[in-house]
Amino acid sequence: MGTKRMNASRRNFLKKSAALAGTILATSALAPFNAIIFAAGEPEDKTKIWYGIGIDIEKCIGCGMCAKACKSENNVPKEPFYYRSWVEQYTIKNDGSINVVSPNGGIDGFTQTVPEEELFKTFFVPKMCNHCAKSPCTQVCPVGATFESPEGITLVDKEYCIGCAYCIQACPYGCRYLHPVTKTADKCTLCYHRITKGLKPACVEVCPTGARIYGDLNDKEGELHKFLKEHNCQVLKPNLNTGSKLFYNGLSAEVR
Amino acid sequence: MPVQLKTLIPLFAVFIILFLIARHFLIPDSFGKYGHYRANSIDEIAALPINYAGKAVCIDCHDTEAELLASDAHAGLSCEVCHGPNAKHADDYEIKEYLIKQGTREFCGRCHSLNPARKIEVINQIDIKEHHPEKENCIDCHNPHAVWELKE
Repeated sequence: MGTKRMNASRRNFLKKSAALAGTILATSALAPFNAIIFAAGEPEDKTKIWYGIGIDIEKCIGCGMCAKACKSENNVPKEPFYYRSWVEQYTIKNDGSINVVSPNGGIDGFTQTVPEEELFKTFFVPKMCNHCAKSPCTQVCPVGATFESPEGITLVDKEYCIGCAYCIQACPYGCRYLHPVTKTADKCTLCYHRITKGLKPACVEVCPTGARIYGDLNDKEGELHKFLKEHNCQVLKPNLNTGSKLFYNGLSAEVR
Repeated sequence: MPVQLKTLIPLFAVFIILFLIARHFLIPDSFGKYGHYRANSIDEIAALPINYAGKAVCIDCHDTEAELLASDAHAGLSCEVCHGPNAKHADDYEIKEYLIKQGTREFCGRCHSLNPARKIEVINQIDIKEHHPEKENCIDCHNPHAVWELKE
């Protein structure tokens, strides 16, 4: 009786082990489909272009030219609330209160109305699409209209988009909007039509202080690599594990 | 085999075939080439027209201005920061609709007005109301291409 039970449990153990091993083997066969099952992540080929952006907050003077140029370059609706790129002014007072303003996305410029003696600190934060390697926005698209391109740029296929706005809800950085005319999702393309022609993105082109840098993260000699090496950079909301490729130098903890 | 299955199996087969035919026509050609999206849309986005020509194109023709610009504090600036997007002007010299020529206090003040959020080591700032109130515009004294070559 005792031996019989032992045998039965051994058989069970072997069965379960075999099932486990089989499942692991079967799952490993799915590896080529990782891009579909999980977010794409970094490409395995380190020799290919993998775009990233660097923003130096210490150099930003809040002129809003980037936000203005973005609208002109990409024919973004002129009304407020439609932005691919915008600038925020943070004002932290001595009493600890934090105030963030972005009048017309910073396109008309900024003024600081808080008197200097009440100020703890104040600075500008230019915002744009983070071109995440594990984009929350592309994962929720029900039709495959938004995606991470092989170069690591998050794009929208406006012919295929059905305008359900799930991606707009999913973006933790608020970088998408529903285009009022086409009724499709729209967002920063890192001026894909410019960088593929060898030009800089419009916001980088017009930045008067050189606060914006874009480039290939895999290029170890590149400008962006140098920027990341020489500055202590941080991404926005690192806790969300979005794989953001927008790196800020001088990012204050108050920035959300 | 039960008689129900004999009728249901061909019916299911027809549905599956119809589904596959419809799927074949509904899914665009390039869908799934790189991932779960239409690969052709990448080329469509890349083919969009540009509006900012870039500094290299501007200084091709406007070499005197470029030389003057390179000699002074605004050397790092791209032409289209102040002049606006001019790819159309670069294609056809006669199109000048977007060429901005203004040196008003408000315009220059976008960068140079006092703001505690601006670091003084990054940019020179002035009180745009108090700075030489007898003059109307910044360009009355400053040449934007060579800022410190002051007029009068």
